[in-house]
Amino acid sequence: METLKLTTPSDREIAMTRVFDAPRQLVFDAHTKPDLVRQWLLGPPGWSMPVCEMDVWVGGKYRYVWRHDREGTEMGMGGVYREIVAPERIVNTEKFDESWYPGQAVDTLVLVEQRGKTTLTLTVRYESWEARDAVLKSGMESGVAASYDRLAELLASTPARGRA
Amino acid sequence: MQTNRLDATFAALAHPARRAILARLASGRASVTELAEPFAMSQPAISKHLKVLERAGLISRGRDAQRRPRRLEPKPLGEATKWLERYRRLWEGNYQRLDALLEQLKAKEKEWKP
Repeated sequence: METLKLTTPSDREIAMTRVFDAPRQLVFDAHTKPDLVRQWLLGPPGWSMPVCEMDVWVGGKYRYVWRHDREGTEMGMGGVYREIVAPERIVNTEKFDESWYPGQAVDTLVLVEQRGKTTLTLTVRYESWEARDAVLKSGMESGVAASYDRLAELLASTPARGRA
Repeated sequence: MQTNRLDATFAALAHPARRAILARLASGRASVTELAEPFAMSQPAISKHLKVLERAGLISRGRDAQRRPRRLEPKPLGEATKWLERYRRLWEGNYQRLDALLEQLKAKEKEWKP
């Protein structure tokens, strides 16, 4: 199974890299066609995506609403597309309705195809230090066990010979 | 939870050289000279990075007066990892569903374009 790599390339960014066994046109479709998006962009178990509206052009808007099917809780977010280069690049803003961080974030999705497989890189850049701190703080409340092995792996995967 | 410390942790992790230093220390203590070895970097430059890591509480100095070996302090990294792990799990769940969807799409394409 392919694994997701998560890094913090700068103090305001989070980047994810994942390989998919599919040509990038299909991966791009799965990010730009609402009937496909709502099949996978669901978050934790128990949530569905009753609203998935996307005007996929530069300046167009998108709107997502997730619902916890048992509790009825809803969570909405949306934003504006800033760049669209099919089938390789999408830049959009993101803002949650009841945001736990101030301002918005900017997501950059890059798809690179090699021998029929697609490497996806999604970089989320937060607007401010306060925003990033708030996101970090919210994560701290969850009780997921720490994994030093995974962090070591993550650290080892970053280039060693850097700038001074 | 101390947000200030997380702030310092993530700021310290934001430089590739500092991440590499931490990765090296994850496999055991090392002196400044030993740490400088694999890098094309001067000792003062390394010392500067060590200072940032030390201030963030990510590393500490050993007692050996001669070598003053640096060692990894696991706690702040553990806090940062917890957060990253939660984020990673959420997206891994999404991407596993996307894998399944892409398999369906590939199968459909074959059907239409034999």
